[in-house]
Amino acid sequence: MKQYKMELTDEEKEILEGKHGEVMRKVLESVVLYGEAFEARRLLPIDGPVHLVTSFALTGIESVFDMMDELINAGLKTKEPFTVDPRPIDYDNVECTEAQKKIFNAMYENQERYEIQLKKLGLKDDSAFTCTCYMPEVGNIPKKGQILSWAESSAVVYANSIIGARTNRMSALIELLCGIIGKVPEFGLVTDKGRRATWLVEVKTSTLPNAQVLGSAIGMKVMEDVPYIVGLDRFLGKGINSTTLDYLKDMGAASASNGAVGLYHVENITPEAVEQGRSLLVENYRIYTIDDNEIKRVIDSYPILWKDLDAKPTMCFIGCPHLSLGQIYGWVEKISDRLSKAGKDKVSINTVLCAAPDVISKFKLDNEAYKKLVDMGLHLTYICPLMYMSNPECAKQPIITNSNKLRTYSTARFFLDDDILDIIVNGNI
Amino acid sequence: MGIYKGVWNLTRTFKGRVVLGGNVSGESIVTHQGLNILASYLKSLNDRNGKAICSDQNNKDLYNKDLAGKIICLPQTIGSTTGGMILQSVTELGIGPKAMLFSKHIDSLAAAGIILCYVWNNKKIVTIDQLGDEFLEFVKDGQHIEISEDGTVIVS
Repeated sequence: MKQYKMELTDEEKEILEGKHGEVMRKVLESVVLYGEAFEARRLLPIDGPVHLVTSFALTGIESVFDMMDELINAGLKTKEPFTVDPRPIDYDNVECTEAQKKIFNAMYENQERYEIQLKKLGLKDDSAFTCTCYMPEVGNIPKKGQILSWAESSAVVYANSIIGARTNRMSALIELLCGIIGKVPEFGLVTDKGRRATWLVEVKTSTLPNAQVLGSAIGMKVMEDVPYIVGLDRFLGKGINSTTLDYLKDMGAASASNGAVGLYHVENITPEAVEQGRSLLVENYRIYTIDDNEIKRVIDSYPILWKDLDAKPTMCFIGCPHLSLGQIYGWVEKISDRLSKAGKDKVSINTVLCAAPDVISKFKLDNEAYKKLVDMGLHLTYICPLMYMSNPECAKQPIITNSNKLRTYSTARFFLDDDILDIIVNGNI
Repeated sequence: MGIYKGVWNLTRTFKGRVVLGGNVSGESIVTHQGLNILASYLKSLNDRNGKAICSDQNNKDLYNKDLAGKIICLPQTIGSTTGGMILQSVTELGIGPKAMLFSKHIDSLAAAGIILCYVWNNKKIVTIDQLGDEFLEFVKDGQHIEISEDGTVIVS
């Protein structure tokens, strides 16, 4: 056996000596080397659910398919059934031109093969494709204090911050290998020390700031550090309710994508902040104050990547990360109200709401609400809008969004919710 | 870490932490901002012409330059958490970097990529991290770099 710096149990040593098979040896060697890159002292057992980030079979990643086959042929799978990020394509609900389809079909020509591999490795079911596996309708929900191995950045920050579970921002495939071996390296956000806050973020705005912009501001300032946020309980109240969950979900996703935040604490709201208060702050923490002017400065700093700044939008994506059931209802109501005020029946722009397949199924059970959505010309899909935008033919379009994650990773143009409503109803910016 | 010695402005020696060790030499290519692995290699995954022309328009240091077989000098990698498997894939396609030299601590995406390549594809991207900011200030595109097993990096 090679020499490793990490403390290993007798069983781990046996695995690394190849006594549990060559593929298992490679699985554990990958996890141990990954941990050693971050000075991890040992491995900790995973006791929470598994979620994978790699849901798409991008052409060119054949070596990944080969690796998956190697795992499958060795009879390995995750210890618990897992969920995975959204599928890339939904032609039924997201309109595509023939040129766009041609590129999609080339980009994801191995998708079917890959999904079969995922099933063999422990995929929960055919509906398990979402970035919001923690939604009650999906049910892959960790508990407070559980150790996880997740890589989807919006899910990592949700699990750590809102639930109080413990996971680093893992990397694709390493999170699968950890799920198979049932252990993660002990470093960073799985340790008490790594969960302490190095920033005090004071929210001093006159009203509740837009969650996507607040998260963006925090992410761009603190990057991968842990912020302790004060002042939000003035607007959200103490503790967690469904409105707070949705707000923090979107704020966290923006902080994770505009920066690299994996954990935040919110005073009087998130579990560890409720329990430990400002003792979570390290000595000599830094302070970032966010007022109305700072929110405006951040919004004004967003570059517009459209070639024609005056173009009429052709499409609007709402739901990155995927919407909760309550958010779908909320958008249907808000759009309906705005259409009524404008004396219109249908939206003027192709508007796509994105949510988990299980959340969509639940919503569709409400026939009246679903009919209302369809009648207004809205579309409901399970795809990842980021994957849609990764198609160069799609990225050419002037697309608007209320998602700061989608804005960051694509050419989509960001607008606040109220502006989004105006644009999709009237058809112009 | 990051200590240098040698002839001013001609050759400098830096010492970092060995993440994946080896003796290798080659030509440098430098980015002063984070390397977005997915954005940089996305086009090359499809093109498959033996080159890795950087397709990340947001990276002014690397955009449109060929990264294949180079020693990439960088602060860290950034972007999608799928970056590691993309690095694994381009390396398997023969257009990955020969080595990666980080001025800062290696990040999770790059660590995953080099480890997946090493363990599952038997391909070693020699990797040294914590070389310090002065390393990244000194090294320029097209310089000759020699890396030793112990984490010594000679730039000339």
